[in-house]
Amino acid sequence: MPGMHEAQRDYVLRTVEERGIRLVRLWFTDVLGNLKSFAISPAELENALNDGMSFDGSSIDGYGRVQEADVLALPDPNTFEVLPWVDSKSAEARVFCDIAQLDGTPFDGDPRQVLRRNLATAREHGYIFYVAPDVEYFYFAPPDGTKPRPLDEGGFFDLTTTDIASSLRKETIRTLETMSIPVEYSFHEDSPSQHEIDLRHTDALTMADSVMTFRFVVKEIAAMRNVHATFMPKPLEGVQGSGMHLHLSLFAGDNNAFHSDDDPYNLSDVAKSFMAGLLRHAAEITAVTNQTVNSYKRLVPGFEAPVHVSWARNNRSGLIRVPVPKRGSELATRIELRSPDPACNPYLAFSVILAAGLRGVEEGYELPAEADANLFEMGDAALSKLGIDQLPQSLNDALRVMESSQLVAEALGEHIFEWFLRNKRAEWRRYKTHVSQFELDTYLRSL
Amino acid sequence: MTNPGLLAVYPDSPSVDLARTLDLSGYVWKGVASPDSLAKLAPTEGWSGAVVACDDDPEGGWSMCRALRRLERPVRRVLVLVTGAQIADLEVRDNLFEDFQLTPFHPRELEARLRHLFYNELVVPSSSVVEHAGLRLNLETYQATFGGRPLDLTYMEYELLKFFVQNPGRVYSREVILSEVWGYEYFGGARTVDVHVRRLRAKLGEEHAHLIETVRSVGYRFGASKWTG
Repeated sequence: MPGMHEAQRDYVLRTVEERGIRLVRLWFTDVLGNLKSFAISPAELENALNDGMSFDGSSIDGYGRVQEADVLALPDPNTFEVLPWVDSKSAEARVFCDIAQLDGTPFDGDPRQVLRRNLATAREHGYIFYVAPDVEYFYFAPPDGTKPRPLDEGGFFDLTTTDIASSLRKETIRTLETMSIPVEYSFHEDSPSQHEIDLRHTDALTMADSVMTFRFVVKEIAAMRNVHATFMPKPLEGVQGSGMHLHLSLFAGDNNAFHSDDDPYNLSDVAKSFMAGLLRHAAEITAVTNQTVNSYKRLVPGFEAPVHVSWARNNRSGLIRVPVPKRGSELATRIELRSPDPACNPYLAFSVILAAGLRGVEEGYELPAEADANLFEMGDAALSKLGIDQLPQSLNDALRVMESSQLVAEALGEHIFEWFLRNKRAEWRRYKTHVSQFELDTYLRSL
Repeated sequence: MTNPGLLAVYPDSPSVDLARTLDLSGYVWKGVASPDSLAKLAPTEGWSGAVVACDDDPEGGWSMCRALRRLERPVRRVLVLVTGAQIADLEVRDNLFEDFQLTPFHPRELEARLRHLFYNELVVPSSSVVEHAGLRLNLETYQATFGGRPLDLTYMEYELLKFFVQNPGRVYSREVILSEVWGYEYFGGARTVDVHVRRLRAKLGEEHAHLIETVRSVGYRFGASKWTG
């Protein structure tokens, strides 16, 4: 809308002035989904908003290019927020950036630009992609290098650990809400020290930004109390791992394109072919939605994580669940994809999920029959009779399927597709030569 | 008549009747094709007023009105031309114009309205601070406080809250809120309004979340209803 961008820019500049902001943090994301940041002074902000800030991208995972290392960070003024945990005397703010080449064209190594491109494709079809994640994570005592130490096991804190964990969670939610990230539910999960926070749906770009902020806030709030929060998919053997179930829907204008009054499950044809797309391309996108060696320790039978490529109304062992809308509201009709884990790069994960689903819609894929029996209890023979495949069993399996996927290559773009495969194959090779301590060393601190 | 200065007229080639009335009444005016060229074509002292025809092209007309208000020197003497059928549209756009003229118009009436619009050198400037129930928005500095405590808002949250505070006690549908706050060109759908209302409620705090009330199957109302409260 005319003048909108200018008004947004003025808003940001005036707020920085009025609130006495000392530092503005420019946030962006590397290809692996790590939050990256550099800080500028308020004096530099106006320039940054007008022309972007150039920086050397070669040190960022997945940004390196042969000819030109410098890239441009373009702050998205709509994402400007004052950071609530910094005290007001040294107030700070953050703004998410899109990364561009020096000539201003989108940089194809930037995950946020990749998601923008995929959302633009959806938009050409008339759809807005909405996402609501249920994020699980663990609180541990600070890593001492060997084993994760759940808070609930006692001994580490004087207070009862339930109090600490729930007050951490409460503080986290309060902080999220002041950063424009509304929370739908939160609770203590089944595993020791495991918690779940469910975010309220937004459009996918806002949500990918929100997931980045969410992970940062959860860790930051925990660290202030000397607790380590981790999004590692499977930190403890023998108990449930951490997933990031995604509730998905497409809207066409103000109508939920997934809803139909005529279907017993209230699923429209669009919803069904979107699901069919997800099922048919599930194996291809798994390396992106579950990108670590450790991710595949979660995707095993017996822990409410999906193992099979199937769907059902009320079967938590399938890849896709169709939840019963709470209030019978047509806006709430949605599907729940249960494979992703919270260690994924949300921009890239949302991109490949959308691409797989949209392919189903475009080509009018037929949705296979519902698998309502408990698949975990069925033998392989019975399953293959039903035409039900398993999800990839390891990062290596997942990468093999991904590398021959035209769909994923298009969704991610060649730059990220190639880099991701190279980086992840290298990770797999490192893992192969190590025993299980590998996982703790690599992920316990970083995830 | 003392010449009030340069008027912006939309569309850039206005109807013959409008052009003739302006010319015969002695106004100096310039046609503006789109909101984008508004700032570029403005004289250094700013536009002294504007006449915007919304009758043929309401979308273009209203977005021109919004752009006039967003200029560095917002234009505060805006007359809109509307058809009788568009009177209902005026209700939610009170903030965008000072006077309106039904079309087709009698030249004498339009002339009188314009004269009145420019009668006083000082049109009372709309206050730069709006307040409601402990909420205070400074429109010049973009700062919002609630009970004296600063509220940290994103730009769109601020714009939405501003709309609510400036239009208290009335129910607005999501569609109207969307077009008023986000503009017609926004693609996100009325769902966006729900998302932002939820965020605003969270920032106002649980005990004040009811300030923005959901009116079932209609939309939202900020503050008490003007009929009951």
